[in-house]
Amino acid sequence: MSASGSTASGSGPGPAPGSGSTGRGGPGIDRGAVLLVTLGVGLALLASRWLMAQVPRWLPPQASTAAPLVDDLFALEAGIGCFLLLGCTAVIAWTLLFDRADKYDRDDGEPIEGNLKLEIIWTVIPLVVVLLIAAQAIRVNGQLANMGGKVRVAGAAEALQLVGVDGVAGVQAATSVPSSQSSQASQPSGAQAPKALRFRFSKGASPGLGVTAATNPAAAATDPGVAPVTELGPVVVIARQWSWEFVYPDGVRSAELHLPVNRPVRFRLVSLDVLHGLSIPAFRLRQDVVPGSVIDYRLTPSREGRYRLRDSLFSGAYFASNQTDVVVESPEAFEQWRQAARRSPLVPSPNAATELWSQRQERGNRGWATVPPGPPPLVNVPLDLNAAHEG
Amino acid sequence: MSTTPIAFDPRALRAPHPVPGAPDNWRRFFTFNTDAKVIGIQYIALALLFLLVGGLLAMIMRGELITPPADLVDPSVYNGLYTMHGTVMLFLFLFPILNGFNNLLIPPMIGAPDMAFPRLNALAFWMFPVFGVVLMASFLVPGGPASSGWWAYPPLSTQNPLGLLINGQFLWILAVAISGVSSILGAVNFCTTIIRMRAPGMGWFRMPIFCWTALAAQTIQLAGLPVLTAGAVMLLFDLSFGTSFFKPEGGGDPMLYQHFFWFYSHPAVYVMVLPVFGFFSEIFPVYARKPLFGYHVVAIASFGIVLLSLIVWVHHMFTSGTPQWMRHVFMVTTMLIAVPTGIKVFAWLATLWRGKLWLTTAMLFAMGGVFNFIFAGITGIMLATVPVDVHVGNTYFVVGHFHTVIFSTITFGVYAAIYHWFAKFTGRMLYEGLGKVHFALTFVGAQLNFLPMHWAGLMGMPRRVASYDPEFALANVLASLGAFLLGVAMIPFLLNLVSSWVRGAPAPANPWQAIGLEWLLPSPPPAENFEHDVPTVISGPYGYGLGHPLVADQARYESRLKEA
Repeated sequence: MSASGSTASGSGPGPAPGSGSTGRGGPGIDRGAVLLVTLGVGLALLASRWLMAQVPRWLPPQASTAAPLVDDLFALEAGIGCFLLLGCTAVIAWTLLFDRADKYDRDDGEPIEGNLKLEIIWTVIPLVVVLLIAAQAIRVNGQLANMGGKVRVAGAAEALQLVGVDGVAGVQAATSVPSSQSSQASQPSGAQAPKALRFRFSKGASPGLGVTAATNPAAAATDPGVAPVTELGPVVVIARQWSWEFVYPDGVRSAELHLPVNRPVRFRLVSLDVLHGLSIPAFRLRQDVVPGSVIDYRLTPSREGRYRLRDSLFSGAYFASNQTDVVVESPEAFEQWRQAARRSPLVPSPNAATELWSQRQERGNRGWATVPPGPPPLVNVPLDLNAAHEG
Repeated sequence: MSTTPIAFDPRALRAPHPVPGAPDNWRRFFTFNTDAKVIGIQYIALALLFLLVGGLLAMIMRGELITPPADLVDPSVYNGLYTMHGTVMLFLFLFPILNGFNNLLIPPMIGAPDMAFPRLNALAFWMFPVFGVVLMASFLVPGGPASSGWWAYPPLSTQNPLGLLINGQFLWILAVAISGVSSILGAVNFCTTIIRMRAPGMGWFRMPIFCWTALAAQTIQLAGLPVLTAGAVMLLFDLSFGTSFFKPEGGGDPMLYQHFFWFYSHPAVYVMVLPVFGFFSEIFPVYARKPLFGYHVVAIASFGIVLLSLIVWVHHMFTSGTPQWMRHVFMVTTMLIAVPTGIKVFAWLATLWRGKLWLTTAMLFAMGGVFNFIFAGITGIMLATVPVDVHVGNTYFVVGHFHTVIFSTITFGVYAAIYHWFAKFTGRMLYEGLGKVHFALTFVGAQLNFLPMHWAGLMGMPRRVASYDPEFALANVLASLGAFLLGVAMIPFLLNLVSSWVRGAPAPANPWQAIGLEWLLPSPPPAENFEHDVPTVISGPYGYGLGHPLVADQARYESRLKEA
């Protein structure tokens, strides 16, 4: 792959030195020029190889099964790009060094108007290269298979109903604080306060789940039967201005996303107000959370650690603070975490936006207009604002 | 004249030119003047003023971002600043300044006395200060200016926290809509002029590349702008009058807006970059003293870009829940754009090859711009690749990429054009020394500003943030230093423009020994260019070293310039 890319980019600037020859002498192929071009191409290839090896240093750790695929594709493009850039830069540098007119030299250069062969070459080769890259990208996309179905809903209340989170606490913790819970879920966009208190766990019990699962045969296969050995989920991801909340199938609510390593997980993405983006750079994955739609998304974490989860689509005043952590842990640790979470009462999670907003109020509400942040989510597992993350 | 396929329409000569005392009467720049050359300078001067406004906003933003927490301004203020920075730079700097060059260059390059519709032209210009004032006024309304980004995606843009009818977002949409109407008027004018008013003998393939690219760009305006303007009107109704085109609660869909927006706003990049490709294609032959390599292919590639540009917009929506097949289609169309743009880049490099380079400021900016564009093209292909976009889309990688296009390529091209044509239209030479200082500072500043952004994006720093995690600090410090350097670079530039126009050396008609109809006119050209004596074009536009004249009876035109 990199070899084909290299020849491609080489031909742009490459033949020019060959046809023109290095000396100012007559026409015809100059052996010195051929040698020089070969040397240049060799050096550029080496530089591109070196650059491809550097790629992992620019990127966060690879913490999902998608990461190596994405990184390899990026490295391939970086290599081809490096070769192309060096080739073109070499031509520019050469002309700057050797084709400058002397101070009082007002003569014209060689009146070369074009060269059909060359023009065809630098049309066809880039065409082939980009199509090869596209083919590779389509292949990688197939392997990633992150996207599930998408169901249109009329607003946040219907979205919550569809995913079976009725706004109030999950089964285990249901009794703790129902009233405040319902007010928080409905807050920013004026969604109606839901009635029931239950998270319906899959099995196509709710018609909405059936619809979503039907659009995604792979997911549907795991749907009947609890069968969590293969796939965890669906974990409902609730995005709002400006906090994240994750509701697990057993009703555990968390402000941090805990996932067992090497086990596929399915998400249902719901926004209660505006557009948000679920982005986990260490996973190399990003998906917009669209109000009016419930989106199915799948991934498999592959490395234990604590990583950043960020809002990637601008969502208003405290957009930058709308981040939390993903904790990938061993299946045992995850199970322990879940058990502990089920026993924990619901508490409001510490929330950076709320803190900034109250600071703003103390300063006399100076600043430009914004909607106030919703109250922090009531969760079994609050967010640790000071935990160190890896990427 | 009847023997040539394109007959020059003499009716245009009767267009009234109320310009008493030109060129010495500076007051004409503040009137409803119908002279394209006056309008061109009006556009460029006002656009440069707004470049300073946009640059100031950028430097406040970079001041905020030089440290991780949001400590310089409140996050809500930062959001307003970045929204206005983008809007000012696109709608009040780049579009107007390129329209200014269209006005200055198109009529003289094709031998026309003026634009086809001079009054429409003046009307289109005077809408520019109107929407400029509307947009600036939004800083003063309660709640501050629009702060939902230059995309103004609903539902965020329709949240209207204070509930007032006149708010920053309202004024923003109004300004964008007026700007759209102004650009459509301009596009009608430019297209008509290029199609109908070329000098005798100037067939399509004797037309300078700048006119090709201007025509291509304005075609995009005609095809795409109505869609954006309609989307903006719907957004205005959602915001202010309770409709629900984009509200799910009322049966609408926020995704619909994204399609309306990007259907125009991606091609808009080509509206800006195509004329700059035209600048490069004009400037390289002059200072390399060689014909443009592969003129025909370079000309036609412009329209290849137009066609493709209209079918790539969904690459901005790869992660919006777009189905897989659609992502693949739009990935391929986006990547195909590399082919016609690649043709142009290789043609420019081949034009330089074995030339006799004059490293004037214009040439330096053009070469720097092409170098930066090659880099931006490579990162563009990366962003077109769906899996890579899923990682780096909406991060600083994108910010770095499009600033390398919009600043380091397009604005470099604009600077090159200013240094190249300033003498022609003001009659004064710019100081080359100050110009080179401007170039050096700008080139270094641009790399320092935009390269580290790519790195921050690869690590996962989202765009549009007012604060960020400490691991991104180094990249941001470098970027901020680069931004401040770009601010410093404006000093020699403005000094040069002002002092040269006031007391620069008088410019000869053709200071760069360039070939082209505009260089057969005095500097500055008279109000109606060639007036009744329009030359007949007898050869292609870049005959450097070929030794054949551009127009019939060229010696007469040249001797007339010497007498004057």
